[in-house]
Amino acid sequence: MSFFDYFKTKKKSSASVAKERLQIIVAHERNTRDQPDYLPALQQELLEVIRRYVEIDDDQVQVQLDRNDSCSVLELNVTLPEEITDPQ
Amino acid sequence: MARIIVVTSGKGGVGKTTTSASISTGLAQRGYKTAVIDFDVGLRNLDLIMNCERRVVYDFVNVIQGEATLNQALIRDKRVENLFILPASQTRDKEALTAEGVQKVLDEMSETFDYLVCDSPAGIEHGALMALYHADEAIVVTNPEVSSVRDSDRILGILQSKSRRAEEGREPVKEHLLLTRYNNERVERGEMLSLEDVNDILSISLLGVIPESQAVLNASNQGTPVILEDDSEAGGAYADAVARLLGEERPLRFLDGQKKGFLKRMFGG
Repeated sequence: MSFFDYFKTKKKSSASVAKERLQIIVAHERNTRDQPDYLPALQQELLEVIRRYVEIDDDQVQVQLDRNDSCSVLELNVTLPEEITDPQ
Repeated sequence: MARIIVVTSGKGGVGKTTTSASISTGLAQRGYKTAVIDFDVGLRNLDLIMNCERRVVYDFVNVIQGEATLNQALIRDKRVENLFILPASQTRDKEALTAEGVQKVLDEMSETFDYLVCDSPAGIEHGALMALYHADEAIVVTNPEVSSVRDSDRILGILQSKSRRAEEGREPVKEHLLLTRYNNERVERGEMLSLEDVNDILSISLLGVIPESQAVLNASNQGTPVILEDDSEAGGAYADAVARLLGEERPLRFLDGQKKGFLKRMFGG
């Protein structure tokens, strides 16, 4: 970075954009690395069921499978909106 | 008992074969009896890079299937003592590399060699899995570029779950990062991921940084492992990587960012 660069309009370097994008995708892929193929479909169907009762966004349902030697735990995390109103 | 090192990356064209050729040559130069094995059945190229393409008679698959002995298939390098090449089959089906067959050949080689360097094909299919399955150490060749870094992370996941060491619950495969085609000028201009950036994302120990260099193409044109071009930056960087692989401390060279003078830094360029 040169002295005069400070007067130029700040523009993010393409390398820092690359790094940010990589950090996000790599973290995501590490989380889903050992998960079974059916998990995304399971998440989608759960979302549909919940939507029959409550309005929620796609990212408000998190499904995570943790496998240990003896048992597996399917963790379902649903974030509900603050006020739950009955759908008409 | 040989140490088995896989050279892998996931992505193609990042420098796996170049690295396999130079690392194995460097180990042999240090006096270790070394064989470099091409696992890329159907697309063999290690023979070209090592300049022995016209001396191939038998290959890896012939040995697995008992059509040739190991001694018949191994090609002795003409430049470096202690260095042998085991070429891949150019005609057979990839499935010819069976886990048991590969195991048998590696076991036999383990008795007489100090190092076995396995040159993996690109991808995460059968050939790549066979190359990494038996590894004690892995050199993950990565370019400072998004798709290569992502694929390297993927291959690290596979090393941690599908290698023999992982399956048997033994001490995990020792992972090394080798950053190749590094262009320090572009890094300084913010156009290329830096060594620190790649390290932050992959967080495995660094074996070396190979600068992008004309010498690499020149060497492969002539079938010379670039490590033998010892006046080139890339050759020197590979020699340093071999030293680190053997546990020696070497400072990183050829990252000449520090050389920039005061005026240049003031006025850019």
